[in-house]
Amino acid sequence: MISQVFILTSKGDHLIYKDFRGEAGVDAISAFYESVTALSGDQPPVVMAHKGMHFIHVRQGGLYWVASTKTNASPFTIIEFLNRLTALTKDYCGTLSEKSVRANFALIYELLDEMVDYGYIQTTSTDILKNFIQTEAESSKPFSLFDLSNVGLFGAETQQSKVAPSTAATRPIMSNRGEQGGKNEIFVDVIERLAMVIGSNGIVMKADIEGEIRVKCYLPNCSEMRIGLNEELSIGKSQLRGYGSAVRVDECSFHQAVKLDEFDSYRIIKVCPSQGEQTVMQYQVCDDLPCGPPFRLFPSIERDSGNRLLMYLKLRCDLPPKSAAINVSITVPVPKGSVSLSQELSSPDQRAELQPKNKAVLWEIPRFPGGSQLSALFKLEVPGLSSASLLEVGPVGMCFELPKHTCTGLQIRFFRLTPTQPGLSQRWVRYVTHSDSYTIRV
Amino acid sequence: MPYLSSEETVKELKRALSNPNIQSDRLRYRNYILRVIRSMTQGLDVSALFMDMVKASATVDIVQKKLVYLYMCTYASLKPDLALLAINTLRKDCADPNPMVRGLALRNMCNFRMPGMTEYIHQPILMGLKDKASYVRRVAVLGCAKMHSLQPTAEIDAAIVNELYGLLRDPDPVVMVNCLRALEEILRHEGGVVINKPIAHHLLNRLKELDSWAQSEVLTFLLRYKPRSEDELFDILSLLDALLHSSHAPVMAATLRLFLQLAAAHPAVQVDALEQARGPLLATCGSQSREMRFAGLCHVQQVLRSQPAQFGVHFKRFFCGYSEPAYIKFRKMEILVELVNDENVGLVLEELKGYCTDVSPDLAQAAIAAIGRIGRTYSEKCLDILTGLLGLKQEHITSAVMQSFRDLVWLCPQSTAAVCQAVEACEESLQDTEGKQALLWLLGMHGDQISSAPYMLESHIDGLKTEMSSVVKLELLTATVRLFLQRPAEMQDMLGRLLHYCIEEENDMNVRDRALFCYRLLGCGVEETRRVFQGPKSDPCMGVLTGRPQEPVNNWASWFNTLGPLCGDDVALPASCDTAASAQPAQSSQGDVLAGAVEEPLSIPEMGHQPLGLSLGPPLSHEAFERHWLELDVTHREPISFQGPPSSPETLQAALQLVKIQTLAFSRENVTPWKAYLYSHGSGTLILAELLQDGPAEGDGSGSLAVSLKQVPKNDTVIQEFASVLRTVLQTLTEDVS
Repeated sequence: MISQVFILTSKGDHLIYKDFRGEAGVDAISAFYESVTALSGDQPPVVMAHKGMHFIHVRQGGLYWVASTKTNASPFTIIEFLNRLTALTKDYCGTLSEKSVRANFALIYELLDEMVDYGYIQTTSTDILKNFIQTEAESSKPFSLFDLSNVGLFGAETQQSKVAPSTAATRPIMSNRGEQGGKNEIFVDVIERLAMVIGSNGIVMKADIEGEIRVKCYLPNCSEMRIGLNEELSIGKSQLRGYGSAVRVDECSFHQAVKLDEFDSYRIIKVCPSQGEQTVMQYQVCDDLPCGPPFRLFPSIERDSGNRLLMYLKLRCDLPPKSAAINVSITVPVPKGSVSLSQELSSPDQRAELQPKNKAVLWEIPRFPGGSQLSALFKLEVPGLSSASLLEVGPVGMCFELPKHTCTGLQIRFFRLTPTQPGLSQRWVRYVTHSDSYTIRV
Repeated sequence: MPYLSSEETVKELKRALSNPNIQSDRLRYRNYILRVIRSMTQGLDVSALFMDMVKASATVDIVQKKLVYLYMCTYASLKPDLALLAINTLRKDCADPNPMVRGLALRNMCNFRMPGMTEYIHQPILMGLKDKASYVRRVAVLGCAKMHSLQPTAEIDAAIVNELYGLLRDPDPVVMVNCLRALEEILRHEGGVVINKPIAHHLLNRLKELDSWAQSEVLTFLLRYKPRSEDELFDILSLLDALLHSSHAPVMAATLRLFLQLAAAHPAVQVDALEQARGPLLATCGSQSREMRFAGLCHVQQVLRSQPAQFGVHFKRFFCGYSEPAYIKFRKMEILVELVNDENVGLVLEELKGYCTDVSPDLAQAAIAAIGRIGRTYSEKCLDILTGLLGLKQEHITSAVMQSFRDLVWLCPQSTAAVCQAVEACEESLQDTEGKQALLWLLGMHGDQISSAPYMLESHIDGLKTEMSSVVKLELLTATVRLFLQRPAEMQDMLGRLLHYCIEEENDMNVRDRALFCYRLLGCGVEETRRVFQGPKSDPCMGVLTGRPQEPVNNWASWFNTLGPLCGDDVALPASCDTAASAQPAQSSQGDVLAGAVEEPLSIPEMGHQPLGLSLGPPLSHEAFERHWLELDVTHREPISFQGPPSSPETLQAALQLVKIQTLAFSRENVTPWKAYLYSHGSGTLILAELLQDGPAEGDGSGSLAVSLKQVPKNDTVIQEFASVLRTVLQTLTEDVS
């Protein structure tokens, strides 16, 4: 059971503090903050003990979301609860940030009051909560139809073939009626996270994908929704469906409310989405990817006669020519004591800098079209360079986003609401692949 | 606070709240109330506004009501007399036609934590239990628990308890679960809510209706139920089978724990459950939430204790992500070390090698230590990597490599030659204490194989004046004497200088004493010194290590899905130094016995539970023992015939240790009264014992020993078991003596 819940900023300001059981005083907050800040490392351990009390926290949106307990509770439950709290806050306030929590603190108190009583979780379902939540959200960023800066981010594959503005999915679920045109929107997102390790010889050592289908629904009352996936989707290693390139996942699990009677034969999942965001399906693929790695690196690293290290990096993007990767950043670890960097990049929109603190060179590419190749030449001045120093040019890490692309090839064939709802204006399908961890050994 | 001082803020708010113009404007009024709550959250004392807030509670605006109630619950205990004024409004709301208002009022009224509340809330709670809206019943059921907590010493109200047991059949699932929770709190002193067969089956049958939070909680309650027959057990397990694959990690973990504990006597079933839950457990390790990942990893570590092979094929799932925080990376490395086998060792080492040059020195050192540990089984490959790392000439890396070398040489003598070669080639001078110690140890122990050893020692001896750490100095003395024994001609002069400095100029008593000791020992002759200083060069009982032995699942099953695995290290660290402290028995009088003040490690009563009953569990500090002992009443007393304290207290201690009873302290032999203090953990309870021998133990006299036992929480079967175990041990010892 939960004794207190509080939300702190990274500076230690109290945003929300709710004591459910009166077992511990307000000073617990400062005790927590002290132990959090006293520890080194980018994030201290999730569970901390203090005077017979345990603090469990998650970090999201730059804030500490903390629950304290005096019992030996299930960590999974409490972490999941805190994650759910952040998700609900995001649903109700639109975005998750210090600003939105500050602006909507009354709403969050109200949520907490209904979610937890005397430290026991009562409900976290949006369908039930919406009957009790009366406060209206204050959206920190007014919604604007003209905010189309990030158009390329989302693929719109629905019948309308329009593009939703990037802020469309970051508004509160219970916004003022009539204020915004597309309040009856529904989004189906296929999100994949790619973890890959590529050996120095170019062989893929490890490739994992964690994927999920998320539905974000703004409809106050949604009827049953049918989502059709690729018919040739097969699950597990042995099963094969259809001919040619099958789409395969190793394991998948569904939301409790999902009905699967048509899944086995037609790959259709049925669900009645409640308002807000929920994950209807999660799946994993290990090791055996249908497509090759999206990026290949061809490095050549030498020392010249003096104290200079020459790194010539050729990076190829193996996506289909129509798609592109965005926000690509490449981190190349360099020997300790590197003092300066001179660079030759192939286009002016790229940037590269030496970060002595992380002893790494960071190379950023805002947009990288499929099928193209970029190269960069870095010359590093390293006093006292020895041949052993080359060992320090360690595995290269990459971060990127692949909009309109799934690595498994999973697609939404269609999604329909039955019976068709009157007044329903917009349905959106979006695909995106994020790099969870993309490492290339050199 | 931003611009105004706190008093001014309160004054300004008070003025605004009592302004009739503002009161009449709903939005402005609400805004001021919001400001009060905001100041309250920031830690400002706004209790002075209580009167105005009571006035604000009489409104039809539900949002405003909620805000005011939040305020009142916070300050009710500070202003009990003013809070009474609000009760009227609240009681009126409890009869409101709108169930939401009724529930809201009842919940908040029960949250007033002040004495004398019981009489006001008793009636509304009883009404609430019978309310037709489930929302109100939910609130009322937990209200019973709150009411009990206001007067924990009062008699338990049997009528309410019966009512709650009856409400377990309520059609609303949340009401049912709340009943369990409330009963658990009310009946805590009687061992919590009773889960008998009808209740257990009722809960199992309704499991499907519950949401995931309630499911995992009910599954935890079911841990208490012991099925009567094997058939029943397997029926239950097959009913729960599907939940092992739940996509909700809490449900999956709770189900797995229930499986492991229910099937404690069927290891095959446990293995099967672990197999089934492996996929979902791995999925939590790849969850999007880092914290969930961490929890998953910690629990995988538990499973690995029994089944190292199970995750071997999935080793790639534990490769560190490039942007993962350090605490996850550390766990993953620990796991990788555990699941290395012949097939994956190459790939795992290659991956770990990549971490050795990480920016964070801690992480790099942990990676090197991990390679060192794998080296105990696969020494050749690891030695190559470690030797290669020395070429980097970075201090923190060299230091970690040296420490790994030291451990390797001690555990795997066959790697000595390669290590000596590597040490010889290493020119880097170390700065940190740990690394220096490791290097000195290697030089002393294996100096005969390192030709440059005397020169390396010499540089340390020359730098002695600037050396801060006394541990390093002690190690240096030992190493120098050892090397002297092997290579006297080169070392004699150096040893002389070192001893002279340490005896004449050193301020640290420890170092000076050690130097004097060495000096006197050398005076006894070389052979004597050799006998004392040259022990075995490697741990004689270790051959090639093939991973640690597999523990039975029951050793950790009760840990599973608790906070234990997540803060395991924090608990283990103080615990280990505590054992060292309590290993030296304190002597004589009780005052002394219990005076040792060591920071109390967090004791989690559930951990280490075994079906047999007793377990060592986390060590208890003297302080904690004393506190428990003074708080508790004696639950069990019995005389045991016993022939005086055993010839040596260590015999008794060792014998008790065998049956998992820890000895905290005991008096010297032949002291009257003779006393000993013992403790043990069993079935989630902590048992404390005192042995007292009053009469003088006359020669072969058949003196009797008074045993007093105390226990928290109470559990009669365990205490009986403990008493019988203790009796057996003492009798066996008596026989031995005679």
